[in-house]
Amino acid sequence: MKKELRLMKGNEAVAEAAIRAGADGYFGYPITPQSEILEYLMEANPAETTGMVVLQAESEVAAINMVYGGAACGKKVMTSSSSPGISLKQEGISYIAGAELPCLIVNVVRGGPGLGTIQPAQSDYFQSVKGGGHGDYHLIVLAPASVQEMADFVDLGFDLAFKYRNPVLILSDGAIGQMMEKVYLSQQKERSKVFPDWATTGKPATRERNIITSLDLDPNGMEMHNHKLQAKYNEIREKEVRYEEFQCEDAEYLLVAYGTSARVCQKAVQLLREKGLKVGLLRPVTLFPFPTKRINDLSGQVKGILSVEMSAGQMVEDVLLAVNGKVPVKHFGRMGGIVPTPEEVVENLKSKIIGG
Amino acid sequence: MIEVTGIKEIIKPENLVYKKTKIMTDNTLSYCPGCGHGTAHRILAEVIDEEGLQSQTIGVSPVGCSVLLYNYLDVDIQQAAHGRAPAVATAIKRLLPDKFVFTYQGDGDLAAIGTAETIHACNRGENILIIFINNGIYGMTGGQMAPTTLPGMKSSTSPYGRDVKTMGNPLKMTDIVATLPGTYYVTRQSVHTPANVRKTKKAIRKAVQYQKLDKGACFIEIVSNCPSGWKMTPVQSNKWMEETMFPYYPLGDLKTPEE
Amino acid sequence: MTEEIIITGFGGQGVLSMGKIMAYSGVMQDMEVSWMPSYGPEMRGGTANVTVIISSERISSPIVRHFDTAIILNQQSLDKFESSIKPGGVLIYDSNGITRHPERKDIVVYRVDATEEAARMNSSKTFNMIVLGGFLKVKPLIKLENVIKGLKKSLPERYHNLIPMNEKALKRGIEIIQKV
Ligand SMILES: Cc1ncc(C[n+]2csc(CCOP(=O)(O)OP(=O)(O)O)c2C)c(N)n1
Ligand code: SF4
Ligand SMILES: [Mg+2]
Repeated sequence: MKKELRLMKGNEAVAEAAIRAGADGYFGYPITPQSEILEYLMEANPAETTGMVVLQAESEVAAINMVYGGAACGKKVMTSSSSPGISLKQEGISYIAGAELPCLIVNVVRGGPGLGTIQPAQSDYFQSVKGGGHGDYHLIVLAPASVQEMADFVDLGFDLAFKYRNPVLILSDGAIGQMMEKVYLSQQKERSKVFPDWATTGKPATRERNIITSLDLDPNGMEMHNHKLQAKYNEIREKEVRYEEFQCEDAEYLLVAYGTSARVCQKAVQLLREKGLKVGLLRPVTLFPFPTKRINDLSGQVKGILSVEMSAGQMVEDVLLAVNGKVPVKHFGRMGGIVPTPEEVVENLKSKIIGG
Repeated sequence: MIEVTGIKEIIKPENLVYKKTKIMTDNTLSYCPGCGHGTAHRILAEVIDEEGLQSQTIGVSPVGCSVLLYNYLDVDIQQAAHGRAPAVATAIKRLLPDKFVFTYQGDGDLAAIGTAETIHACNRGENILIIFINNGIYGMTGGQMAPTTLPGMKSSTSPYGRDVKTMGNPLKMTDIVATLPGTYYVTRQSVHTPANVRKTKKAIRKAVQYQKLDKGACFIEIVSNCPSGWKMTPVQSNKWMEETMFPYYPLGDLKTPEE
Repeated sequence: MTEEIIITGFGGQGVLSMGKIMAYSGVMQDMEVSWMPSYGPEMRGGTANVTVIISSERISSPIVRHFDTAIILNQQSLDKFESSIKPGGVLIYDSNGITRHPERKDIVVYRVDATEEAARMNSSKTFNMIVLGGFLKVKPLIKLENVIKGLKKSLPERYHNLIPMNEKALKRGIEIIQKV
């Protein structure tokens, strides 16, 4: 079917895609650089069209707990925020992961720590892929690198969330949230009228009552539950790895970068190739699960790897684990809301990997 | 004198004076002897049963002694993070507006960590019922001071009694939410005598009706006891509650619909 | 073909919306586009800028530090961005309020006195369209008709009555821009 072409900000694309994906509810609280998501939804007023509920909560804490409530009813619900707000949501996210509820969370990352800056950063990587809240859990983490992917990952995110009964995080940043690009929007999906059998929707005589909880006072029971969660995460590691390669076929050197950094690195690859250097880019699309195996394979082919992030070096740890000492791996990043330039990437690849 | 051999003859349907309501499960309650939580559960279960609401009900349990509410009531229940039940219930009701949605929360849950969620859900006029068990203490964690602990009252974190100068004053959440335009029916009750049990049950039944009529937030405080946390026998605790708690938290309606 | 452009001036000069119309025009012409604003408090009062990239291929980095064209609308921006133009690139500026004129010799400098012209036309709101007209003359990578289409797309329906005035301003910009 023909898709509708629009020019939109990443944040607007998320909002519009949510309506079209047939989302049942959005609960949010304003914070730069993602407030357009709530603003767009309020203006679009989907309550009148699809019946989607849009609510400005009193805090991020309330918003994530609204998501908990809606998700436990088997509904397609979501929230969005930026770094400080996502920190506040961590308690709720841990509960959602523990209770195995499907939902979509969007983090349009800004520079930290603390109140930090409102400019784009990628310094929430550890929080996103290594846990964030308390307990042994994982989110499925999708890292869009374009406005198109901001839209596409809403639908994909909901699908994965329901498939695995697991929260999905779209890890974006201020640049992708604020920039406008062309985006092809999918057709309006109907909101689902069927509920998963585990949802709390009122207990009919025909079934046992449904309980949504993350609690088990018996540690043996809790360990069993943890085993079950880990088995699920392993299945996700096996089946859901996504990445994109850019000129890797003959690459002698490799850049690894996601999101905005990956866009910058793509340009760096062009510049380096113009100078006759065979450089490729691997862009993880899922950060959990991480494309460990593919990076390991590529480390048999290349002479060195530069991991590029808008952080002090977080993803580089996962690259190091994947490469497992086979070839040198170095990090290059800018921090606090600064986006590296393609020229800086070129220089750093030369000085840290090719020259060194 | 009842002969032991006659016990079988006594347990007969025609001699039945009290039985478990259908909505209560067979699980043994984990509450301390004499604790008001059990009674409050029971009357809530009775109303759900008598109003035929089992298939319509979605409850939200708090963090506190009643965290395991879902083990005792045979209805769909979500367990919420500490203090967040009103936010959780907000979404449930908005997404499933035809269901009967209630939260059941202690004073630490509702009036300390969850103050914001409580006030804002009430202020938005969310069409839910909030049942607030005020026992003036953190029961579950071992008797620490709660926002509702009375002046001078001892707890494990106010071992010399609550000094309002340094520890603040007891918070009358029910009075606060009664001032909000979003609440429709606000009342303070207890469950320590049969007469009070009947009144509280009537209040719950009213709240059910108001929720059906989409009237906004209903808020029922139940001033209750915590024999363990207060370090009293059940009987002593009820007496102390009447003498000390009720003067500070007087029973009765704080906001009733104009009828 | 890839054209990397920065538009920079005071917040309120219509910098971001000029970029938006440019981007929309690119879409109308089946090109790839990106529009990356400086965002945040600086939008109000201080300087605002936007990077627009129009390309026949998929756009790699939406954030670049060197530009094929810089459209500069105040002194601060000139001081900051004159050095960011690629050698052989283009600088378009409005001389209103400029005390130190462009100095680089390895770029091509154009002047479009849009503030003055807009005042003469009695419609200060069309200032940015005069500038855009100048750009179209110097870099004819998007057609005027597609800019009009882009305007229609980016303006809410209720402002469509303003389109003829904007078209006039665009044409005026094409006429008055001159090489320095
Ligand atoms: C975020 C968080 N902080 C603290 C706790 C520990 N905690 C569990 S129950 C409780 C107090 C419960 O008191 P109340 O709400 O009055 O309920 P009661 O047990 O008295 O019925 C606390 C502080 C927790 N579970 N989560
Ligand atoms: S600790 Fe207090 S509130 Fe908790 S069950 Fe025991 S008596 Fe009841
Ligand atoms: Mg208590």
